[in-house]
Amino acid sequence: MKCLQSRHRGLLILALVLAVLPLVLPNAFYVDVAIRIALNAIVVIALNLLIGYTGQISLGHAGFYGLGAYASAALTTHFDWPPLAALAAGALATGLLAWVLARPVLKLKGHTLAMATLGLGIIISIVINNEGRWTGGPDGMSVPAFALAGITIAGETSWYIVAAVLLLLMTWLALNLIDSPVGRALQAIHGSEIAARVAGVDTTRFKVRVFVLSAVVASIAGSISAHYIGFITPGMAGFFHSIELVTMVVVGGMASVFGSIIGAALLTILPQLLQAFEGWEVVVFGVILMGTMIFMPKGLVPSIAQRLRSRRK
Amino acid sequence: MFNPILKKTVLFAAMAAAATGACAAAASAADPIRIGSVLSVSGPAAFLGDPELKTLQLYVEKINAEGGVLGRKLELVHYDDGSDAAKANSFTKRLIESDKVDVLIGGTTTGATMAMAPLVEKASLPFISLAGAVVVIDPVKKWVFKTPHTDRMAAEKVFEDMKKRGINKVGLLSETSGFGASGRKEAQAVAAKYGITLVADETYGPKDTDITAQLTRIKSAPGVQALFVFGLGQGPAVVTKNYGQLAMASLPMYQSHGVASDEYLKLSGKAAEGVRLPTPALLIAGALPAGDAQKPVVTNYDKAYKERYKTEPSTFGGYALDALNLSVDAIKRAGGTDREKVRAALESTKGFVGTTGVFNMSPLNHMGLDLSAFRMVEVKNGDWQLLK
Amino acid sequence: MLPQFLQFLYSGMTVGSSYALAALGFTIIYNTSGVINFAQGEFIMLGGMLAAIMAGAGVPMPLAIVGAVVATAVVGLVMEKSVIEPARNAQVVSLIIITIGASLTIRGLVQIWLGKGTHSLAPFSGDTPIVLLGASLLPQSLWVLGVTLAIVGALAWFFGRTLLGKAMLATSHNKLAAQLVGIDTRRVLLLSFGLSALLGAVGGILVAPITYTSYDAGIMLGLKGFVAAVLGGLGGGVGAVAGGLILGIAEAMTAGYISSSYKDAVPFVLILLILFFMPRGLFGAKLSERV
Repeated sequence: MKCLQSRHRGLLILALVLAVLPLVLPNAFYVDVAIRIALNAIVVIALNLLIGYTGQISLGHAGFYGLGAYASAALTTHFDWPPLAALAAGALATGLLAWVLARPVLKLKGHTLAMATLGLGIIISIVINNEGRWTGGPDGMSVPAFALAGITIAGETSWYIVAAVLLLLMTWLALNLIDSPVGRALQAIHGSEIAARVAGVDTTRFKVRVFVLSAVVASIAGSISAHYIGFITPGMAGFFHSIELVTMVVVGGMASVFGSIIGAALLTILPQLLQAFEGWEVVVFGVILMGTMIFMPKGLVPSIAQRLRSRRK
Repeated sequence: MFNPILKKTVLFAAMAAAATGACAAAASAADPIRIGSVLSVSGPAAFLGDPELKTLQLYVEKINAEGGVLGRKLELVHYDDGSDAAKANSFTKRLIESDKVDVLIGGTTTGATMAMAPLVEKASLPFISLAGAVVVIDPVKKWVFKTPHTDRMAAEKVFEDMKKRGINKVGLLSETSGFGASGRKEAQAVAAKYGITLVADETYGPKDTDITAQLTRIKSAPGVQALFVFGLGQGPAVVTKNYGQLAMASLPMYQSHGVASDEYLKLSGKAAEGVRLPTPALLIAGALPAGDAQKPVVTNYDKAYKERYKTEPSTFGGYALDALNLSVDAIKRAGGTDREKVRAALESTKGFVGTTGVFNMSPLNHMGLDLSAFRMVEVKNGDWQLLK
Repeated sequence: MLPQFLQFLYSGMTVGSSYALAALGFTIIYNTSGVINFAQGEFIMLGGMLAAIMAGAGVPMPLAIVGAVVATAVVGLVMEKSVIEPARNAQVVSLIIITIGASLTIRGLVQIWLGKGTHSLAPFSGDTPIVLLGASLLPQSLWVLGVTLAIVGALAWFFGRTLLGKAMLATSHNKLAAQLVGIDTRRVLLLSFGLSALLGAVGGILVAPITYTSYDAGIMLGLKGFVAAVLGGLGGGVGAVAGGLILGIAEAMTAGYISSSYKDAVPFVLILLILFFMPRGLFGAKLSERV
């Protein structure tokens, strides 16, 4: 019963923060950052389900993100599809690809899994880079605005509402998933896959489902980001973006939904703050990565939670 | 379970509020002219963005030392997009909304520029891009201008020279980077105009360490009479080296303006002998005839940059200098920083001598250069020689 | 026909040997600590960059080479001591992030201190190409291949005949057992990083005359070296070299016969296929997983 309350409380607080934030932010740029944080957080929450809860590494998730973005861009630009249909098509295609590859990929563990997902992401980004006719090539392509039933979403305020609602939805979904039998099965797999199998959990089926779910969510987030920013480049599907996403998961806190949001927030704001360190941004970023992992290996939110809990004792 | 989550989110909200408060309070007291700039100073395009930033910083300082513009100082607000177009988009928003700049210079890569363009159009902010692709100014966008030659012009200049020498079958080797891919597209588009057929179309990656396979294929393309390489930085140097290794000197090699730098000569060594390419006047400042309109401008830039940074200036830095000078000139003619007035002044720039060429802008031409802004040079005895 | 095929083959072998050297470095660290060192590419870059800059500043070549190798080995040791050791009990994902952070830090510092330009190194025995059976090969490529094979031989002797080497091997097989017989596994870990950094630097110096070097030369090389290592099964020197050469040749053949724009996808397609059908890699040993 207490668990149920805390889940709802967390969601309520998030909703409150999201509602209050635009009133506090001074101008449209800050709202832009908030929107980007929300969109990143959506992907990170889904990725965390895979990495944090189920314990599978993926170094190629930006590939799925990019697939969604480019599906939306190409279908709306070259074929005049309505944006929602393009988004759905992108999500479907990504889901299918993830499903086909999930079984052979998830048989692997540790570094081989990392390598396979890395390879997948890079292949996707190379294809996007090369097929210029559909994707605009390395210089990228512009994306028309998102219109649904005649209403176009434009301007930071409207987009903020969309992003905030989607983030709340994703958070609610994730929290529900974790507290359900499925969630417990996932954590069992993380603890010890063989033990879970012995206990009767169909580990392969669960791993595949989480993999596909996280891929589909990434694709949807990619599509939405594409419409928001209005211009996409192959870099979105690239290795560095995949690493950024994993970093957001790990720094924020593995196996923590709110940790994912914090991780996304921190790493989205960081490049803005690092501009003050002319020339030293890359170094500072690297040092922050190493420092966080060494001193807070579980990630920010779980480490702080642990410290607060032990202090309360 | 409940308390830590509450504490964390409240803490975060408080931090966010504090941070925004701090940023808002940093308003400037004086009345300077704010030049905003988003450049790729790190990442794969750092080779271009680094001299661009150095140039802007050097000359903003110089202009301020000489009294500023219309009695006001220039203030350069710059951000590094790390060669990421999405970040370029975000920083542009920051420059428009938070820093409230009067003019925007930047967009080192075409991708970054195209991601920034919609924002400046919406905000009605004059924007001078430093990117190469023709798509930046074709179709013309009201608030977007650019200083570099287009990749189409580079292809045309090279094909013009080839046609003169009776070459009509060309093997194309382009880089998979934005610069190379765009160059390839333009080369394919204008080849027929000069009676040229592309009998081979190979690509290489910007960080490739061995390009002999592609060169071998081009070597054996039926009837090939010349090689045209479109890339910049390290890649074309590797191509040149491999070209020497495969003893391909009997096949004339043309390069793009991407290698118009002394670094290319240094890296390629004697294999670069005989290579021909189009270049802005800056590269051959010393070899320009005395009456050349650009000679004083490029010689001054060359001297000033070497004095400050102890290294050769690059033609990419030249793009930034031209953008800055064009902005300053436009602001002077507009009598202030009123955006529409500055834009109109930019659009009516005539006979402006820059390092890249002589600019003649118009409502339909937001770049203002023609083929004469490119000079054809050939590598002779390890140095550049101006071709007539 | 044949000269063309041979040209592609030589090209593949040249590139492949640089991958092989990268793969060796990955393998050594992975074997002793289970860490995938994403900074391996930076070790290679450091070797080439430091040597090129020192040689460019007038330092005689042999001295520049030794200096660069030693300096890079020190960087490897410092990296292990400062960031790997404190986190040695962390999860795989955390360790990956740490090594990525280290690679960013090293790359960022080189960018600031040594600049963003491209540098070259003089080839060891001139750059007149050798024409073999109708296709040309650079003498430097023979150096790369030769030294790589020599290193593999030296490593085999080191791991098989010396006490230190055997200690490292023991640690890689079973850390706990190694500790129980009195091996200082922390020293072994430190040494493995130093050794990998040293090998990486040697590799970087060997290929710099062919490939040029710059602050970001390590990214692609590190990635492909990782692929080559996994291809070879992350087992030993033979696997790493085989993986590297196979990768390089596959890339060259793709560029030559299929499509040059997709040549960069080859390593990753290859690795997916191998991992799906032969997850232990080509030469990896069969492992049993403790429950």
